[in-house]
Amino acid sequence: MKVVAIAGSIVGSKTKTATSYAVKTLEDKYPDLEVTMLDLAEYDIQFSDGRNYLDYQGDTKKVTETIMAADAIIIGSPIFQASIPGTLKNVFDLLPVDALQHKVVSMIITAGSQKHYLIPEQQLKPILGYMKAQIVQSYVFIEDIEFYRQEITNDDVLFRIERLVEDTVTLTGTYQEIREREEAKYDF
Amino acid sequence: MEKYRIDASKGLEFGLYTLGDHLPNPSTGERIPAGQRLEEIIELAKLADDVGIDFFSVGESHQEYFTTQAHSVVLSAIAQATENIKIASSSTIISTLDPVRVYEDFATIDLISKGRAEIIAGRASRVGNFDLLGYDLHDYEELYEEKFDLLLKINQEEYVNWEGQYRAPLRDAHILPRPLNGSLPIWRAVGGHPSSAVKAGYAGVPIFLATLGGPVSIFKRTIDSYRDALRQAGHDPAQFPVATAGFFYLAETTQQAQREMYPSVNEGMQKTNGRGYPKQHFAQGADKRDVMNVGSPQEVIEKILYQHEMYGHQRYIAQMDFGGVPFDKLRKNIELIGKEVLPAIRKYTKK
Repeated sequence: MKVVAIAGSIVGSKTKTATSYAVKTLEDKYPDLEVTMLDLAEYDIQFSDGRNYLDYQGDTKKVTETIMAADAIIIGSPIFQASIPGTLKNVFDLLPVDALQHKVVSMIITAGSQKHYLIPEQQLKPILGYMKAQIVQSYVFIEDIEFYRQEITNDDVLFRIERLVEDTVTLTGTYQEIREREEAKYDF
Repeated sequence: MEKYRIDASKGLEFGLYTLGDHLPNPSTGERIPAGQRLEEIIELAKLADDVGIDFFSVGESHQEYFTTQAHSVVLSAIAQATENIKIASSSTIISTLDPVRVYEDFATIDLISKGRAEIIAGRASRVGNFDLLGYDLHDYEELYEEKFDLLLKINQEEYVNWEGQYRAPLRDAHILPRPLNGSLPIWRAVGGHPSSAVKAGYAGVPIFLATLGGPVSIFKRTIDSYRDALRQAGHDPAQFPVATAGFFYLAETTQQAQREMYPSVNEGMQKTNGRGYPKQHFAQGADKRDVMNVGSPQEVIEKILYQHEMYGHQRYIAQMDFGGVPFDKLRKNIELIGKEVLPAIRKYTKK
């Protein structure tokens, strides 16, 4: 099983801190999984111009190919101007239609205000649904007061991330089993 | 229709097309050498000609896993090796070529083949050709429209005066050689979406519509939009042929056909397009209402006739060699087409 964690912003550290904790949990609890962290701040990604993702070069090609090869994706995202950041939206725009089909996708959201709690529900989930992801319905929502110098200070947040990671792995395994069983019925 | 060398009284034309892909056989993981693939494409055209298939075309793709980048050269070899079959490109990526040079090539192929050559001009779904041949991807739409228009103009006028953005102007340019019968059938390649078909309708050119999978009814909408656009622009739809193209494979039973074809389609698309073909969709492809012509000869005949009833099209073009299908299977398919498919569809569609 290949899991990719995306820190979806090139600004600040909170989303990266929270996403890194999810990666650490994955590595501690499931040492057999192949886990890749994509911190978008470390890549130079061009804007989508509509071409097939295989036709990009460099970091853009690397990031899109890594995502396309994943079985599960944990998306970390801050909320900017009442939506997801453009850097993350660009990653979706770079991918083909139905790119997330047969992939389980879960979300870790950081935000400066509780007022943003429903933004992932109303803005991120519709994108994931359109791209045919199997969505882990509950997400982890973290306010910025839960961070102190690149550490999460609230144990409840840590527990919630751990449960999200477990749910992501469990649902991915379950989904793969169901899919294999159903596809075996086709006999081709 | 005569302008496009279509005789509707003979019924629906049946053709084959290859993208010129060069992919491993999914059951062995082995890939034949490029030279052998080219020989097999030419041999496939010969076999198709022998059993009376109407049409054979070769695509142009400039990327990994393809081998007919110089598709007009391959077509020239096919022109020499065959007698009666119509030959064409599917597609020529006119956006990144010089229309004058393309016309010279295809008029030459037309003379060598004694009047059998056609051009299908497209825009490419993968875009490696832009960097490779020195064009800017930002001009994707305009390059195509301008160069396609120039190609049509050269087809109509032996002496050309032309000025545009993406090529040096032509002043009383004498474009030679001329095709055997004065002009070539030139088609616009169209994806599933109606907008490109509508442009073809306004321009009054025939369409070659790619229909890989999905309900027949969806593609019917595109064809209807095309004919509406023809009418709006003052053209008579009865004068403009429609061709549809898609996956095709015959075996004794539909189950066996699916079993033999699925790995090729799935792994081939994964390699060339970055996404496999979902099994669930492929399974639905067996339904009569789906465009995919994969099944037993009898079921595929019924599907082609159903499509003809829905579309009223003049030509169907089958893609059966995609994804490393072994040559003995292709040979077997050609036999079945000649023995069962051609007589049946001609019997039921001739006027």
